[in-house]
Amino acid sequence: MGLSTSILLTIALAPLVGCVLAGFLGKFLGRAGSHTVTILGVAVSCALSFYVLYQLTVGGAPEYNQNIYTWFQIGPFNASVGFMVDRLTALMLVVVSFVSLLVHVYTIGYMADDDGYTRFFSYISLFTFSMFMLVMSNNFMQLFFGWEAVGLVSYLLIGFWYKRPTAIFANLKAFLVNRVGDFGFLLGIAAVLYFLGTLDYATAFAAAPGLAGKTLQITAHTQWDAATVICICLFVGAMGKSAQVPLHVWLPDSMEGPTPISALIHAATMVTAGIFMVARMSPLFEMSSTALSFVLVIGATTALFTGLIGIVQNDIKRVIAYSTLSQLGYMTVALGVSMYSGAVFHLMTHAFFKALLFLGAGSVIIAMHHEQDMRYMGGLRKYMPITWITMWIGSLALVAVPFTSGFYSKDAIIEAVGLSHRWGAHYAYFCVMAGALVTGLYTFRQMYLTFHGKERFTVVAAHGDEHEPAPSDLVYDVHVSADSHEDEHHSGGQPGVLHHPPKESPWVVTLPLVLLAIPSLLVGFFTVGPTLFGNWFRGAIHVDEANNVLAELGHEFHGAAAMALHGFTQLPFLLVLVAFVTTTYIYLFNPALADRIKSALKPLWTVLDRKYWVDDVYFAVFARGGVLLGRGFWKASETALIDGAMVNGSVSLVHRIAATMRRLQSGYLYHYAFAMILGLILLLGGYWLVGSGLTGQ
Amino acid sequence: MFNHLLSLLIWLPVVGAIPVLLAGSARPNLARWLSLLVAVLTFVVSLFLLVQYNPGGAAMQLVESHLWIASWGVHYGLAVDGISVALIVMTTFVGILVIAGAWEVIQDKPHQYMAAMLILEGLLIGVFCATDALLFYALFEAILIPMFILIGIWGGPRRVYATLKFFIYTFFGSVFMLIALLYLYQKAHTFDLATLAALPLTFTEQAWIFFAFLIAFAIKVPMVPVHTWLPDAHVEAPTGGSVVLAAVMLKVGTYGMLRFILPIVPDAGAHFAWLVIVLSLVAIVYIGYVALVQEDMKKLVAYSSVAHMGFVTLGIFIAFMLVRDQGHTDMAMLGMQGAMIQMISHGFVSGAMFTCIGVMYDRLHTRLIKDYGGVINAMPWFGFFYVLFAMANCGLPGTSGFVGEFMVILASFTANPWIALFAAFTLVIGAGYTLWLVKRVLWGAITNPHVAEMKEINGRETFVLAAFAAAVLALGIWPQPLVHLMDSSVSQLVQQLAIHKI
Repeated sequence: MGLSTSILLTIALAPLVGCVLAGFLGKFLGRAGSHTVTILGVAVSCALSFYVLYQLTVGGAPEYNQNIYTWFQIGPFNASVGFMVDRLTALMLVVVSFVSLLVHVYTIGYMADDDGYTRFFSYISLFTFSMFMLVMSNNFMQLFFGWEAVGLVSYLLIGFWYKRPTAIFANLKAFLVNRVGDFGFLLGIAAVLYFLGTLDYATAFAAAPGLAGKTLQITAHTQWDAATVICICLFVGAMGKSAQVPLHVWLPDSMEGPTPISALIHAATMVTAGIFMVARMSPLFEMSSTALSFVLVIGATTALFTGLIGIVQNDIKRVIAYSTLSQLGYMTVALGVSMYSGAVFHLMTHAFFKALLFLGAGSVIIAMHHEQDMRYMGGLRKYMPITWITMWIGSLALVAVPFTSGFYSKDAIIEAVGLSHRWGAHYAYFCVMAGALVTGLYTFRQMYLTFHGKERFTVVAAHGDEHEPAPSDLVYDVHVSADSHEDEHHSGGQPGVLHHPPKESPWVVTLPLVLLAIPSLLVGFFTVGPTLFGNWFRGAIHVDEANNVLAELGHEFHGAAAMALHGFTQLPFLLVLVAFVTTTYIYLFNPALADRIKSALKPLWTVLDRKYWVDDVYFAVFARGGVLLGRGFWKASETALIDGAMVNGSVSLVHRIAATMRRLQSGYLYHYAFAMILGLILLLGGYWLVGSGLTGQ
Repeated sequence: MFNHLLSLLIWLPVVGAIPVLLAGSARPNLARWLSLLVAVLTFVVSLFLLVQYNPGGAAMQLVESHLWIASWGVHYGLAVDGISVALIVMTTFVGILVIAGAWEVIQDKPHQYMAAMLILEGLLIGVFCATDALLFYALFEAILIPMFILIGIWGGPRRVYATLKFFIYTFFGSVFMLIALLYLYQKAHTFDLATLAALPLTFTEQAWIFFAFLIAFAIKVPMVPVHTWLPDAHVEAPTGGSVVLAAVMLKVGTYGMLRFILPIVPDAGAHFAWLVIVLSLVAIVYIGYVALVQEDMKKLVAYSSVAHMGFVTLGIFIAFMLVRDQGHTDMAMLGMQGAMIQMISHGFVSGAMFTCIGVMYDRLHTRLIKDYGGVINAMPWFGFFYVLFAMANCGLPGTSGFVGEFMVILASFTANPWIALFAAFTLVIGAGYTLWLVKRVLWGAITNPHVAEMKEINGRETFVLAAFAAAVLALGIWPQPLVHLMDSSVSQLVQQLAIHKI
C-alpha cells in the first residue's frame, strides 16, 4: 500500500496542533491538559512515522513525492510545499518523533516546578513540527523554511529562561552564528536555481550530472566549478546548523537552555539537520570532489579539536555538548568520504545514545538541585542506580565499545576514511583515530566524576524557619557572570551544599532513559547490515561507483557479530582501553594526579579552557567590531557627512546666500542704478564675447 | 457603482473626513467611531475592487477618465493593475489599524487627527491609481500636507525640525520631477502616462529625465544617501503617522519608479541600473550597520526600513540587467515579483513594528532602548507579537518578510553572484540589529522599576497587532494569491523594460 498524503500531513501537523493548543490555550488547559495535547500530537506522529517506515521497508510502498500546494509560481519557477518521503526521510521521521516523544514525557518531570511549563511544551511541539517539515520537504524552499524554523525554536528555547543574561546572550549568539551559515545556504539555493533552473529536489537531482563542466564567472579572469560552488555554499549552511568548525561556537553556549531541549534539539535532531541535508543532496555533492574534500577536512577538524575541549570541562552538560560537536564531526567526515549512509547511520545511533546521555545528565541535575558542576558531584551511583546504569550504556555506545550501536556506526566511519583516497583523507584518518582516544578520555572522566569516587557535596538540612527556595527559583536565579562555567554558582548557598540528599528521579524521567538505552545498545547490531552494506538507502542516496568506499568495506563484512568481534582487536578499541585505564587510575585511585597533570600542562590546559580563543576573537571582531563599524558609519557618515555637510550644509548655504542677497537690497536708489549699469555692461560684454567666439574670430 | 469604484475609494475617506471634523473636539468618541466607520467602509470597497479586478488581464482596468484642465489636456484619469490593487488593499487595511491604534492614545484634538489620517489615506489611494502624470504629481505633493500636519501637531519635541526637513527634502525632489514632466508635456502635449510611455526619446533626454525622476522617487523611498529625513520624521511622528509613513508612503517612491522610470525612460534606466543597484546594496549593508548602533527604537526601525526598501529597488533594477544584458525574462519576473511582494510585506511588518514601539511608548513615554529590558515579564502577550514581527523583520521563512527577499536574492544571483552575496548579507546584519533590539528590550530581568508596571496589551491593541500578525503570516505561508494577483502586471512591466526607445 502506498503512502497517502493524509498520513504524511497528519505526521507534520499533529505536533503543530499540540503547539497551538498548548501555546494559546495553555491557561485554560492547565499543565496536565497542555502536556496531554502535545504528547498526544507527537505520539500520533511517532506511531505514523513507524508505520511509514514499515511500509517503505517491508510493505513495499513506493517512495512518495508530491506537492501539497503551490507557494509561488512565477514563469517557469515553482516553489511548493510538498513532501518527499523515502527511506532516508522515514528513518529521520522515526528518529525525530521517537526522541521527541520521549523528551516530551521526560519534560513532565524535569520542568515540573517551572512557571513556563505550558510554554515549554508548546515550543518543543513547534520544534517537532518544524523538523518534520525540514526532513519531509521535497524542495529547497521548504527545506529552508524548516531549516530556519528549527533555528527559531532553538533561539526561543535557549533563551527559555529569559531572565538569565547568559541565556539571552547565548540565544542571540546561536541565531546569529546560524544566520552566517544560512547566508551561505541561501546563496547555495540561489546557485541551484541558477544552474539547474528548479527548486524541486527530484528535478534538480536529475539535472545534476549536467553540472559537469559548467562554471560560474567570479571575476573577469576567475571561474569556479558550478558543482563546487553549489555544494560549498550549501555546506556552509550545514556548518552553521550542525556546528562545524569554525561555526561551532554557538552549540556549547546553547546549554543555557533547559536540558530536555539540549537532548532533543542540540544533540539528537536539529544539529543533525546539516548531516541529513548533505546526505539528501548526495547527487549534487557527488559532482564535486573538491567540495567533498572541504567537507572532509572541516569534519575531521571538528571531530578532534572540539573533543579535546571536552576533556577540560567541569560542567556536566558542556562535556556532552563538546562530545556532540565531536560526533557531528565524525558524521561530517563520513559525508566527506561519500559515505552518506554511514553518516545517517551514525546520526541515528548518536541520536539515541546522546539523547540518553543528556537526559541522564538532566536527571543528575535534578538530583543535585540544579548543580551542573561535576566537581561537586561524585559517588552518585548509589543514589540513582537507573540513571547510573543507563548513562553507562550511553557512554559505552559513545566510546564505541563493540556490540553497542555506537560501535557499528563509528567504527565503520573510521575504517571507511582509512580506505578513502580523497584529498584530506589522511588527515581525517588521523583525526578520527585520535578522536577515539579523546572520546574515551572525556566520557570516562565524566562518568567517574559524576557517579564514582568520593562524594564531593555535603548534605545540610535546611533550618526549619528558613525559607527554602523552590527549584524553579534556583533556575530563575540571575547569573551575572559572563563566564558561567568558570565559577559555577548555586543560588542562595555554597556550591556543593545540598539541603536534601540526592535521589533517583521519578518514572517520567527514568522511563525515557531506559527506552533510549535499549536502542543505544541494540539498534546498531540489527541494522548495520542493511543500512551500511545492504543498499537500504537506494534511490535516496546516490554514490558514484568511483567513490564508493562502503562497497569496498562491504567485502570484509560478514555479519554484525563478526564485525564486533573483529573490532576488539582494532586500534580504535585499543585507544578506548587506554583511555579507560588512564581515567580509571586517575579518578578512582589517584584523584590528585588530575590536578598535577593540569598544572604540568598548564599552557595546553589554558588553550583548551579558553576554547582556542575562538569565541573571544569572534566577539572582539564581529560583535565589538560590528558595533564599532556601525558607530563609525553613524558618526562619520550619517551625522557628519550626509546630515551635517550635505543636508544641513545646503540649508546653511541657502541661508548665507539669502543673507548676502538681503544685504544687496540696500534701499538706496544709486545702488540699484549702479547694479543695473553693471549688469548691462556684463550682458553686452557677454554677448560680444560669445558672438565673436561663434563667428570664428 | 463599479464604474466609479476607484473614485469612490479615493473620495470616500476624503469626504468622510468632513463629518469627522464636524464632530469636533467636544464629541471625541463620535469622531473616533465615525472615522473607524469610514475606514472600514473604505476597506470593504477595496475588497470589492479586489473581486472586480481580473488578474488575467494585462491592461489597466476600471478605467475612469475625465478632462480636468482642458487647456493643458490634464485628465482626471484613474485605472489599476494588479500592483495598484495590492497596494490599495494594503493601504485600506493599514488605514483601519492606524485609526484603531490611535483610539485613546490621541487625546488632543482626536477629530482632527482622525480626519487627517482619512484624507491621507484617500490621497495615497489616489496616487496608486492615477494614470495622468500631473494628477499623480498633484496627489504625490498633496500627501505631504496631512503628513506634515500629523507630525507637526501630534509629534514629539523636535517636530518642527523634523517636519521642515521632511517637507523640504521631499519637495526639493519633486521639483525635479515637475521639470521633467513639463519637458515631456511640451514634447507629447499630454500628461497621459500611457502616451508618455510610447514617446520616443533620445538617450540624452532619457538620461536627464531619468535623474530627475530618480531624485524625486529616491528621496521618497528613501534611498541612500537621501534617506536622513526618514529617521528624524519617524522619531518625531506620532505612532499612527509612523505606521502610515513606513507602511504606505515609502511605497509611493518605488511605485513611482514603476510608473515613470520603467516605461518612460527604459534605456536610461538600463544604462544607469548599476547605480541604483549599488545604492540598494549600500542600503542593505551600510544601513544595516547604522541600524545596529541606534539607541532610539524608532530610529532603529526607521533605518531597518531603509534597508528593506533596498530590496525593492534592487528587485526592480536587477530586472533591467536580467532582461537587457542576459535575456533572462523569467528571472527578471522573479526579481520584480520579489520587489512587489517586499513592498506589501514591508507595509505590514514595518507598520507592526512601529505599532509595537507605540504600544511601549504609550506606557513608558520613552523610545530609548536602555530604558527598557525585561518587558516580556510584564507583557507576555505583547512579547509574543513583538518576537513574531521581529522575526518577520529579519526575514524568517513563514513570515511575509522572507518571501520578497528570497525572490530578489534568487534572481540577483543570476544577474551577478556578487549582488546576491551582498544582498544576502541581510540575513546576518538584519538578524543582528533586530534581535539585539529584542534582547535589550524584551528579554532579561526587569531593571527599570517602571517596566514592571507596564500593563499587558488591551483588547484594542491585541486586535491591531493580531490583524498585522494575520497578514504577516498569511503572506508568508501562502504568497501565491498575491503573486497571482500581480503576475500579469509584472509580466507587462518586464516586457516594457525590453523595449528600446532609441
